[in-house]
Amino acid sequence: MIDKRVASPADAVAGVKDGAVVLVAGFGTVGIADDLLEALHDQGATNLTIVHNNAGNGDTGLARLINSGRVSKVICSYPRSGDYSAFLNAYRAKTLELELVPQGIISERMHAHAAGLGGFFSPVTAHTKLAEGKETREIDGVLHVFEKPLKGDIALLRARKADRWGNLVYNQSARNFNPIMAMAADLSVVQVDEMVELGSMDPEAVVTPSIFIDRVVVVGAKDLGTKA
Amino acid sequence: MTSNYKPLNRDQMAWRAAQDLQEGAYVNLGIGMPTLAASYVPDGREVIFHSENGILGLGPKPEPGMEDENLIDAGKSYTTLIKGGVFMHHADAFLMIRGKHLDVSLLGAFEVSERGDLANWTTEDPSFPPGVGGAMDLAVGAKEIRVIMDHTDKKGNPRILKKCRLPLTAPGCVKRIYTNLAVIDVTPQGLFVREMVEGMTLEKLQELTEPKLQLANDWQALAPPAMAA
Repeated sequence: MIDKRVASPADAVAGVKDGAVVLVAGFGTVGIADDLLEALHDQGATNLTIVHNNAGNGDTGLARLINSGRVSKVICSYPRSGDYSAFLNAYRAKTLELELVPQGIISERMHAHAAGLGGFFSPVTAHTKLAEGKETREIDGVLHVFEKPLKGDIALLRARKADRWGNLVYNQSARNFNPIMAMAADLSVVQVDEMVELGSMDPEAVVTPSIFIDRVVVVGAKDLGTKA
Repeated sequence: MTSNYKPLNRDQMAWRAAQDLQEGAYVNLGIGMPTLAASYVPDGREVIFHSENGILGLGPKPEPGMEDENLIDAGKSYTTLIKGGVFMHHADAFLMIRGKHLDVSLLGAFEVSERGDLANWTTEDPSFPPGVGGAMDLAVGAKEIRVIMDHTDKKGNPRILKKCRLPLTAPGCVKRIYTNLAVIDVTPQGLFVREMVEGMTLEKLQELTEPKLQLANDWQALAPPAMAA
């Protein structure tokens, strides 16, 4: 019998290696797997590359990993969000590298990997500083920039409900990057508020099919804290 | 030549931009002043707002106490969903942007050039990391890009320039500029002033604008209703 449930956030992140690329879903403080990030802190892997829209807030989750010196690179679109002092301090101390990628390009690069594609040409960033050093091609008279696929070793996800196979539904704008990152990592682990019986979810409404999910851990719904 | 005019306040600028949002339009509003425009769509007109974090059918701010922690807009403020509104993941939210499915994107800006180049993502302050968010995606994606910004910077220097000084977000994308003094269209024949605030003259507006302005034959007064600043 397939059962992807694991007992704890620690079990969910077991095996992450030093140097891993970690896809961290969420936008602001919404749709973030806070408990999985704390478990990753306790797990100890270091020299991590984090892919996330922002760059952590306060001293919890991603910010705590940065403050503990465990992150060597952040790939994000907008680090300057909320209290991002953890990132700012490390950035100024040059202890981590920033790869700035437009928000839609980050998600599409992961989508490309998930779809087995070797990248894509996009008009976004053409004629700007962010295209410097990248391959370009004119397509139908418009300059396009080549973007490589982006793959995670692990994705840390947050959803509202799962069944034991790992079919997922989300909670409103907390969906954000979760379904894309779920498809783009070798190991996709999800923190959910609620576990439901297999077959009880409307098949027309499942957002992430179970094929993309490896481990599920239930963490009771809780306050998401202050907004970024 | 003396001129006696009163610049619009932020709400009046947002009101003016909102009047151009047509029935049935799918629209993305940038963070800041553009977001205000949602409040000023004329009654009875159905305009559907898109938010890059995965919402189509963004509603007004929630009443105090009705905030939902899982429902935020692109500026990370609490928001609501209107009837018929839906959620989608990030890649689809940006597919809607990049694939020219949106009718209008109304953005803030630091600078716009006479050929419609847009600079709105970085001031190149070396003490802070850069952030681009969805700015570059939005600037190439919507069928029409409009900008809402103050006509000059705080020192009175023009922000409509022959050539942008700040790094570009995208070249040649802006079609219409709403400022606190005028409504200006960017055309292959140059910048055309469609509307000016009462008391403004083309000569005075030109002093506050770097590239050459032309006055449209059918230009009108820019006269939104009075609004508290």
